[in-house]
Amino acid sequence: MTGMIGTALPRRDGPAKLHGTAPYAYEHDVEHPAYAHLVQATIARGRVTGFDLSAANALDDVLAILTHENAPRLEDTGNAELAVLQDDAVAFRGQVVAVVVAETPETARQAANAIQVTYDSEPHETRLRADDAGLYTPEKVNPALPTESSQGDVESALASADVTVDEVYTTPMEHNNPMEPHTTVAHWDGDRLTLYDSTQGVHPLRSAVASLFGLDEDRVRVVAPYVGGGFGSKGQPHAPVALAVLCARHLTGRPVKLAITRQQMFSLVGYRTPTIQRIRLAADHTGALTGIAVDVVEQTARVKEFAEQTATPSRSMYAAPHRRTGHRLAELDVPVPSWMRAPGECPGMFGPEVAMDELAQRCEVDPIALRIRNEPELDPDSGKPFSSRNLIGCLEDGARRFGWDARDPRPRTRLEDGWWIGTGVASSTYPVHMSPGSVAEIRYTADGRYEVAIGAADLGTGTWTVLAQVAADRLDVPVDRVELRIGDTDLPNATVAGGSSGVASWGSAIADAAGAFRDKFGTDPAAGDEASGRTPDLSETFAMRAFGAQFAEVAVHADTGEVEVRRLLGVFAAGRIVNPRTARSQFLGGMTMGLSMALHEQSVMDHRYGHVVNHDLAEYHIATCADVRSLEAHWLDETDEHVNPLGTKGIGEIGIVGTAAAVANAAWHATGVRVRDLPITPDRFL
Amino acid sequence: MEATITITVDGRQRTVAVDTRTTLLDALRDRLAVTAPKKGCDHGQCGSCTVLLDGRRVLSCLALAVAHDGAEVVTAAGLDNDRLRETFLDNDAFQCGYCTPGQLCSAAGMLDELKAGWPSAVTDGEPTLSASEIRERMAGNLCRCGAYVGIVAAIQEAGR
Ligand code: FES
Ligand code: FES
Repeated sequence: MTGMIGTALPRRDGPAKLHGTAPYAYEHDVEHPAYAHLVQATIARGRVTGFDLSAANALDDVLAILTHENAPRLEDTGNAELAVLQDDAVAFRGQVVAVVVAETPETARQAANAIQVTYDSEPHETRLRADDAGLYTPEKVNPALPTESSQGDVESALASADVTVDEVYTTPMEHNNPMEPHTTVAHWDGDRLTLYDSTQGVHPLRSAVASLFGLDEDRVRVVAPYVGGGFGSKGQPHAPVALAVLCARHLTGRPVKLAITRQQMFSLVGYRTPTIQRIRLAADHTGALTGIAVDVVEQTARVKEFAEQTATPSRSMYAAPHRRTGHRLAELDVPVPSWMRAPGECPGMFGPEVAMDELAQRCEVDPIALRIRNEPELDPDSGKPFSSRNLIGCLEDGARRFGWDARDPRPRTRLEDGWWIGTGVASSTYPVHMSPGSVAEIRYTADGRYEVAIGAADLGTGTWTVLAQVAADRLDVPVDRVELRIGDTDLPNATVAGGSSGVASWGSAIADAAGAFRDKFGTDPAAGDEASGRTPDLSETFAMRAFGAQFAEVAVHADTGEVEVRRLLGVFAAGRIVNPRTARSQFLGGMTMGLSMALHEQSVMDHRYGHVVNHDLAEYHIATCADVRSLEAHWLDETDEHVNPLGTKGIGEIGIVGTAAAVANAAWHATGVRVRDLPITPDRFL
Repeated sequence: MEATITITVDGRQRTVAVDTRTTLLDALRDRLAVTAPKKGCDHGQCGSCTVLLDGRRVLSCLALAVAHDGAEVVTAAGLDNDRLRETFLDNDAFQCGYCTPGQLCSAAGMLDELKAGWPSAVTDGEPTLSASEIRERMAGNLCRCGAYVGIVAAIQEAGR
């Protein structure tokens, strides 16, 4: 072991990114491409009754217009989100009803705008309501978790408690908005299909496309060495990739580029469902919990079900003998919700962590002491021991760094220069995932380097750097002798970059391959020697989660209600950290997105028409450079040999979990106003 | 309708026929295969497409190519400022890298503006290279990965 694991190596893909030469999906060099542009439905529900294509067809340089009337038939239409242009049904506003391919992007767009579509509209429903008569209980929630959980008798616990909290919290519809819009360049060449795609998983995308079009997987190649962010929205295939392939099939031999617009991203590539969370806590007067009930209402799309696991983090956070959680869905005429950074945990730690602050207030107990008092010995959900659990360590270390001790617990006591100032805390958690099925290959080259190959993805997560470190460490060679290859289905199979599972899944496969390589060839291999390894199975003996604590200092302007997050500090216990430099960026990036969620993010649906009105970056606000003041991420040295051979727990998502609650709690402490609905906008304080 | 323009891109003179509706960003990316400037929104809302146009930072998605015949364009690929690249790498001021070419061009343009004494909304007296000045002046370059802390530190270090 060279000790490369734990070293703050600068990003290996840095020079390419800092010269702008790292190729993203749109930028691969293909010969003589054609350009596609989408036409979207302007009704929320109904049928297409006809197209007037005459103006579009009259334009020079239009190569093809595909609609459900002439598009090639798909082999497998089981995933209705991907079954594009197969019939006349419109299931949500913004669904694609036609696509134009032209010689230039300008002409493609002009022709798309010139297409007239007529519809037969039906009444639609896009508003999520807790009292919707059609609410139903899904069979499972994402990814395959039980919809409900129950222990003891929570109603009796609530009825007999000294202190209770019974409040409703909401989080709005939010869109991932990675900076790189979703793009596919598709090329049918003879009987082979090549895709340059902005995807979080080349192999899973290949499988999806192969079954959609009835192809053998070995005829499809997906390439994605660089991806301009994803945050879940590039984790599952969405309609645009299917449309690009349809166009390329229609124009065989000609590469087709389809880059969707920022506006189109608001209806075609997933989003976080709005959630309505009723949280009930029962406790004795010291704050010891006797009951926890979390009931969540959220939406899914009529065209395809996605059930966010919002209530699930509450199953493992705090001890209480009586508890229940459940999810109910409203099936609406809306675009398909999907993964957005920490699905489940991110919205699902907002309500409960604000409720804990309210309980602390009602019991007159310090919010940190309250959390420590309710620390469980075993995982309350499964009854298993935790492989490691250092929530208390994070709270205590954070309190010390943040200067929590000096805090006056009373709200609305600090007014400085016209700003009310307060501080707040919330816990973070995220489950440890490792996906089975990744394979890594290591080959020794004639010039003395180790080629490490795996079809993994780097969305900015640091994969290019940290997997090389893992290989160098396990081969016991300097990292500059490791040449990593990722992002291509020509390389060995890799699972999706999702669930913060990348290093655990791919890194463990590389560690296994390195062990096999040394076993077989010793330390003096010959050119061409190669060995492979696989991801091991996840232990079932333990409950495995990462934990953290986030502290916020918030200022609210006394006259205007403007909200500033002046300080944000997080401490995490997330297993072994492979690269402190890139890991810090993951934590800070998550916290920044959490700050953004706390103050800004909200997709506003116009229910008359069923579309998001603020569908661009001028009106869907995300945190800018000016919003982020003092921001710090720290972590505890945590050794956990049970999670996986590397001891890592995953760090891509936990940073966004709990941030919004910490900010809301600090805003209450500043002003005495309890905000239970995100985002925390100025009007709440006026 | 097409028009032929000649522009200098990263020190190289290029002559190209463009649709008169083509933005400078699309002319660079689609016609000249200069892909350092990125398209994040195409509406002047994100900063990913920032280049230096005749020495000043502009959003190339809001510039029509045909209006800039004879212009000199510098992208992140040709930016003569390795110090900024060094401090960005050191401070891990990027993750996915998609906003990065725009951040770099914007940072270079911003440092020049500051040096010339241009005030910003937060300036009080003489503008200095403070974190709050940098945050304000870089607020037009969105980074969804949330690398702002590193970006501010990198620019402050490079500007010293
Ligand atoms: S692409 Fe020009 S500002 Fe977003
Ligand atoms: S580095 Fe990914 S958007 Fe800035």
